[in-house]
Amino acid sequence: MTQRPDYKAFPDQRGHFGRFGGRFVSETLMAALDELETMYRRLKDDPEFQADFDRDLAHYVGRPSPLYLAERWTGQLGGARIWLKREDLNHTGAHKVNNTIGQALLAKHMGKKRVIAETGAGQHGVASATVAARLGLECHVFMGEEDIRRQKLNVYRMKLLGADVIPVTSGSRTLKDAMNEAMRDWVTNVDDTFYIIGTVAGPHPYPMLVRDFQSVIGREAREQSLAQAGKLPDALVACVGGGSNAIGLFHPFLDDDGVAMYGVEAAGDGVETGRHAAPLSAGRPGVLHGNRTYLMEDDNGQIIETHSVSAGLDYPGVGPEHAWLKDIGRVNYVAADDTEALAAFRELTRVEGIMPALESAHALAYARKLAPTMDKDQDIVINLSGRGDKDILTVAEIDGIHF
Amino acid sequence: MSRIETTFARLKEQQRKALIPFITAGDPALEITVPLMRSMVEAGADVIELGVPFSDPMADGPVIQKACERALAAGTGLPDVLAMVREFRRGDDTTPVVLMGYLNPVECMGYERFAETCAEVGVDGVLLVDLPPEECDEIAPLFKERGVDLIFLVAPTTTDTRIGRIAEAASGYLYYVSLKGVTGSASLNVDEVAARVETIRKLAQLPIGVGFGIKDAQSARAVSRVADGVVVGSALVNQVAEHADDPMAMTAAVSEILAGMRAAMDKP
Repeated sequence: MTQRPDYKAFPDQRGHFGRFGGRFVSETLMAALDELETMYRRLKDDPEFQADFDRDLAHYVGRPSPLYLAERWTGQLGGARIWLKREDLNHTGAHKVNNTIGQALLAKHMGKKRVIAETGAGQHGVASATVAARLGLECHVFMGEEDIRRQKLNVYRMKLLGADVIPVTSGSRTLKDAMNEAMRDWVTNVDDTFYIIGTVAGPHPYPMLVRDFQSVIGREAREQSLAQAGKLPDALVACVGGGSNAIGLFHPFLDDDGVAMYGVEAAGDGVETGRHAAPLSAGRPGVLHGNRTYLMEDDNGQIIETHSVSAGLDYPGVGPEHAWLKDIGRVNYVAADDTEALAAFRELTRVEGIMPALESAHALAYARKLAPTMDKDQDIVINLSGRGDKDILTVAEIDGIHF
Repeated sequence: MSRIETTFARLKEQQRKALIPFITAGDPALEITVPLMRSMVEAGADVIELGVPFSDPMADGPVIQKACERALAAGTGLPDVLAMVREFRRGDDTTPVVLMGYLNPVECMGYERFAETCAEVGVDGVLLVDLPPEECDEIAPLFKERGVDLIFLVAPTTTDTRIGRIAEAASGYLYYVSLKGVTGSASLNVDEVAARVETIRKLAQLPIGVGFGIKDAQSARAVSRVADGVVVGSALVNQVAEHADDPMAMTAAVSEILAGMRAAMDKP
């Protein structure tokens, strides 16, 4: 048995998780990233900053989110007890707001009056527009044209919140292209602009600070498990696009050797078809959006288009900490396809009266296979990272219903 | 001496500045690039920066993004770009060629194989936009032992401490990015550029090329008064796009811009 790494010591000083992570950006952004890192390292141990963050999470977001025992679904699946970490009940409907609250506080401390964000499903865009409205900041959200089509409701929500939604027409017109465009805006307006990255990807220090802000999910789930189940869970399951909800749940449990972890990627039409968004399952290490991680690329190192019914998982990369956790074998990365995710979406809605986001439905789809293989006195915690209201039109379209 | 060193030394002796055009390799078709490189040399280019197309060119504006899209649609991969340099060298053994692009295609090929092929086909320098000196420990020695220069960007936001660190890692020349923004952005401010170039000179011994925002003979001349080299990209790539289906007209338009810049830069 090899010695367990000191997980809390990662990333290292230069932002590396083993061979992954780092800071691969053009020179113009290096100073801004240094400035952000310095500010964050100072504030993260500042009791006043932490108190502000905790207060906002409690009174604005509505934390702690419940850990809910899905008894009826557990009974149907006939195996381990299933607990849902209810991030869907957060203000704005997903885990994304934990991070935007934290980054908006950083922006305020750094005196930045303008914030930008990229968004896929629109949840991070909504969460960014929300905190910007609350702090009176100018907010621009970059969103792929294809995602704008898929997520009309969230687009309108962002506009109501006062944000400017900028359609991105380059490349595949999805999340990765929105991130390219946000980087281009940042490089142009770097003096007065704070870039709120929505996931645990991007250049150092983003993967670290987004993880830290999202780790509230796992800290709560750990305490709640001990209080409600009387023990730690046997398995954790979370969907992985960029991977912020998954790392948020997993990170506080990494030292708990008895807790198995499953990160569920989007298999789209099936990993074997090549039409998917599962770089950890079927990709190769490379460099994109400021960090080294697993990517979906062709033989010439060009990033290829991804496919998933869920806009929030439609991304060809993944956070570098996940890439590292895969390589050292601490987390199992698996995949669920569109059909499985849709079935899980319908099942949870009908059996528990909880409509999950299509992203979270990928985690449910895997847990649905895992639970029956486990004993009835074992426990699975699934991160229900978001609610499904935003996906009703997508599902209706699949059902042939048009409003 | 390397081709880059020889070129800058010769220009210095002649009291002239380097004209450094950039085009994207394989835009709009693979067979266009080498003849276009040759005609740029005839029109007065001293160093050629050849863009390696990438699917996600984060530091580039719309003009070079579209050039990348055209080149990729034509099927241009990094091995093709290296083959173009090999072909170019058959008729030109003096003009330095610098590959400019993003790290991922290089990672995908493998550092060792890429460095080896660069040296073999006659690439003189490599500028990887998203590879700062902090991340170059693995790749730098591979280039160094083969005599291929690793060229770095210096930005308006770069601190003096960083300029020193960049100068230590760099060889060939330094590329000063004249403005905060992507390629092809608004016009540069010559006074600001002059002040920054002075600062860089105090901290680094290498020749300094300036790029981003140089559009015409006038801006090329202004920048040539303060820098050792003038990089022009989007203005040329625009002409490539405009005459994509007429290579003769394309060559003529690109040459005309370069000749105009050359004349303006050389005018006492």
